[in-house]
Amino acid sequence: MIITYEDIIIKTLTRVLAPFLQLYALYVLAHGHYSPGGGFQGGVILGASIILMVIAFGLDTARKRLTEKADIVLLCIGLLIYSGVGALCLALGGNFLDYSQLTKILPVTVAKARSLGILFVETGVALGVMAVMVSLFYDISTGGLPPER
Amino acid sequence: MTYEHFAILAIIAPLMTSFLVLLLGWFRKGLCYPLTLAALFVSLISSIGILDTVMAKGTIHYHVGAWAPPWGIEIVVDYLNGFMVVMLTFIAFVVAIYSKKSLEQEIPDKIVPYYSVFLLFVAGLIGITVTGDLFNVFVFLEIASLSGYALIAVGEDGAPLAAFRYVIMGTIGACFYYLGVGYLYSVTGSLNMADLSQILPNLYHNKTVLVAFALFTVGIALKMGVFPLHAWLPDGYTRAPSTSSAIIAPMATKVMAYLLVRIFFTLFKPYFAIDFIPVTQFLTWIAAAGIIAGSILAIAQTDLKRMLAYSSVANIGYILLGIGLANQMGLIGGLLHIVNHAFMKGTLFLVTGGIVYKMGMRDITQFRGLPKKMPFTMAAFTIAALSMVGVPPTCGFFSKIYLIMGAIDAKQWFFIAVILMSSLLNVVYFFRVVQMAFFKPYEPAYAHDGGDYEKIKMDEMPLSMLIPTLILAAGIILLGVFNGDIVSNAIQHAVPVDFLR
Repeated sequence: MIITYEDIIIKTLTRVLAPFLQLYALYVLAHGHYSPGGGFQGGVILGASIILMVIAFGLDTARKRLTEKADIVLLCIGLLIYSGVGALCLALGGNFLDYSQLTKILPVTVAKARSLGILFVETGVALGVMAVMVSLFYDISTGGLPPER
Repeated sequence: MTYEHFAILAIIAPLMTSFLVLLLGWFRKGLCYPLTLAALFVSLISSIGILDTVMAKGTIHYHVGAWAPPWGIEIVVDYLNGFMVVMLTFIAFVVAIYSKKSLEQEIPDKIVPYYSVFLLFVAGLIGITVTGDLFNVFVFLEIASLSGYALIAVGEDGAPLAAFRYVIMGTIGACFYYLGVGYLYSVTGSLNMADLSQILPNLYHNKTVLVAFALFTVGIALKMGVFPLHAWLPDGYTRAPSTSSAIIAPMATKVMAYLLVRIFFTLFKPYFAIDFIPVTQFLTWIAAAGIIAGSILAIAQTDLKRMLAYSSVANIGYILLGIGLANQMGLIGGLLHIVNHAFMKGTLFLVTGGIVYKMGMRDITQFRGLPKKMPFTMAAFTIAALSMVGVPPTCGFFSKIYLIMGAIDAKQWFFIAVILMSSLLNVVYFFRVVQMAFFKPYEPAYAHDGGDYEKIKMDEMPLSMLIPTLILAAGIILLGVFNGDIVSNAIQHAVPVDFLR
């Protein structure tokens, strides 16, 4: 169980760092499909920012910001975005994950549609990875015991 | 819309529902069960559609993301995995119907994540079976294994330890497989199975390819629970919740057996494993040792679930023997036994789950008077036991006959003796249960309600558990009666054409 203890340096540094960490995560995510980076890496950085909050402010504070239930919901939404994009392509008459089919609902060229398709998938992956990392960290730091309600 | 889309639908229906179950389960617990059933029903219908398409039009090639095969991931379904998928989805669907009451009693507060993991496990296994890409196999292998560990770990006391052993062994197995894929990729630059089988024959003398083949064999044998590498299996099956045993025992090891066939006879040309490095010959001896050792160890058990687990070790020996004999009859026997054993073990574990549900025990010595209490359950048990022994109208007889014919074709007389011997050992450990339950005089000391003979009333397990059990038990007989059709319509075409007759 991680508890709070007063250290102004750590707390202030975390406050300053967290927005930049999350912004950087979004940068890595948004550029992932045509430069180094991607959903997985972006998700890990996003998750790290929340784990940093747990370390600096204690588990209880962090769990008020992002409850375990919300975490699981984010996880499912992330994974459903991924598979949902694939299934959408299937529903539009193409093969599973065939992003070129997205031109039927988006006013873009085929190349752009593929690019957007992978971006949607990366977003889903990022959410999923972040949620799993945070969920694992919560589980380890509570010793696997269920949260107090 | 072509029928080819069934191939992907069989995977993504359970996969997507798995996330949906976890999401909606937080708000409404009761939704999990119907959603699971619906997903597996879609999967079952799709897999029947797949098999139907394969039988009508030949092999299905499905390009995920519409990328052409050597670069993109390809889903390939032919006769070999077509019938496997139907078997997997059917058993998953039947076990899912059964699961409700059993889980409500055994793990009432973990039902939501359990169903999510359950669906993920099924999706992973279907994925391994239908994919035509070596690396994709690894991805689905990890999905199925990780969820398999979780399915075991939620069980009774000792389950986490059993699951931990399985994690260690399973990770080593998956790791070996992954190394094998890496080695092949380093020499060929391809991951597509069909593409690799074209490139590889020129490289059979390459040492990297030989190492890759060895890593595949050992890695898959570990995950399959082949005799000397079976240490994770008995504990895992015994400690898991009833539903987990009933889903893992018939499916996980069988899919690995399928993967072994795929790698031995499709990825590599059959002559590579048979003549070039005679690994099949070696495997037959391992299989024979496993059949005898598994049967003897099963006799030593008094815990019904543990006995069934050791019996699984012996039956994996049969399947491996069929693969190792590597002639037409032998391989038909091995493949038929994959299906037959899945039905038999499924029935037996469902029966065990029912006994645990009603009586709270699974010690064979306490089974006296049980047929009076649970007549239908014990009838299903007896059918499955007869089939395990190999009594004619049931399916177990026919796969053994094919194996014996395969051994005759290979002129390996020793293995005929092994099969007959193990049938006798099967009689010992299954009829011990039957005799204890049906024929031992009933003594009040063994009654759990403390009453005497007259007080035993029929007290069957709930219908939602009984009907799936009886469906699988009926399946055992139907598979036996229609085995000729199954072999001539599906399995015969799954055997490589350049096989020895």
